[in-house]
Amino acid sequence: MTILHHLDQNTLLRHASGDLDEAFSAIVSAHLAMCEACRRDLRIAEDVGGHLLEDGDTVPLADDALARIMRCIDEREGAGEPIRAAQAPRAETQDVPAPLQRYIGSSLADVPWKTVAPGVRRHKIALTTPTRSAFYMLKIEPGKAVPEHGHGGAEITLILSGAYRDELGRFGPGDVADLDEHVEHQPKVDPGEPCICIVATEAPTRFKGLFSRLLQPLVGI
Amino acid sequence: MQAASRAMYDPDCAVPGLTMDDHRTLLARVASRQDREAFKCLFQHFGPRVKSVMVKAGAQPDLAEDLVQDVMMTVWRKASLYAPDRGAVSTWVFTIARNARIDRLRRASSQPYRDLEGLELASEEPDGEDEAFASQRAERVAEALDELPDEQRRIIEYAFIHDMAQSEIAAKLDLPLGTVKSRMRLAYMKLKGKLEVLK
Repeated sequence: MTILHHLDQNTLLRHASGDLDEAFSAIVSAHLAMCEACRRDLRIAEDVGGHLLEDGDTVPLADDALARIMRCIDEREGAGEPIRAAQAPRAETQDVPAPLQRYIGSSLADVPWKTVAPGVRRHKIALTTPTRSAFYMLKIEPGKAVPEHGHGGAEITLILSGAYRDELGRFGPGDVADLDEHVEHQPKVDPGEPCICIVATEAPTRFKGLFSRLLQPLVGI
Repeated sequence: MQAASRAMYDPDCAVPGLTMDDHRTLLARVASRQDREAFKCLFQHFGPRVKSVMVKAGAQPDLAEDLVQDVMMTVWRKASLYAPDRGAVSTWVFTIARNARIDRLRRASSQPYRDLEGLELASEEPDGEDEAFASQRAERVAEALDELPDEQRRIIEYAFIHDMAQSEIAAKLDLPLGTVKSRMRLAYMKLKGKLEVLK
């Protein structure tokens, strides 16, 4: 998998500082799972937090803070609870990256699609925490074009299979389209196979043109 | 290393100036043999720093104190997931504190971050970075941060330490959101530029 389109630096910084909601951080984490280059870039951003923590102010702890945590450690061990973290799962070989599996399962074949327009299927994804973002998957048939649209807010799209092209280039598996509200684009799916992607949008997508606006409740959210 | 061994014999762990290497040595002892004395040193070093971060992020003192307990308990439980070649111990502790902040202060979910924890260890592709590189990187980032113009550094601190959303930073500084974003990007570019020479 050759990844050509990466996370925006501002997105990396927001992810590192904890400023993204669950929908955005799930997609960012999924891209990170596939992209060594962005993982390296994220480490730089997280080093910023580490340095500011190390070099920053201190606030004295309560007098019993140390005793409290040591007691807690003793109790857990006494109760025979496993203190050690379970060994983390291995890097996945499935078509769904680990951070998305809790949301959409481990296979793209099992997604309960709903047709929302000719050639366009969508699956809305439930989140565990409240957010203002919409979180959904799209499966768009080969050769199909999505109406040109801008975004009311930030939008991030991760390609899971297939590919599309727009003004910014070709987007294939692992690529991320990390767009702010100023970008307008008109994606067209490559011939051959459908394009499956997962999308988080901060605010309703605005479509241009009357026909497209009629499509909006179907394609966007 | 020497400071770390000194710290081991000091019941109060009041050894000033533990280095990045000391932190690693202490954490390795926690990971390999659940060394409580080593953990106490880490607790006394990082606890008051984590508390400060939580207070600045808006937690009341009692909650900040509870969050310190949560964060340091995670340090204890997950010590074996710390990978020295990924960065400084302080960076790792920061990410744990950030996750606690997301879950408890923002009431959002840090699960996507935690789903990635194992990946780094499981990954068998060598990425050409090692412990020495990670140390150098942390030092360069520190230098670069100190050299940032105030207007950029302040924004970075608001985001990473005060846990402010970019829109809140924009409102607080009376700046357009776009300016906050571009200053963040500029700051990041400088950090990254400093690191290019290391390669």
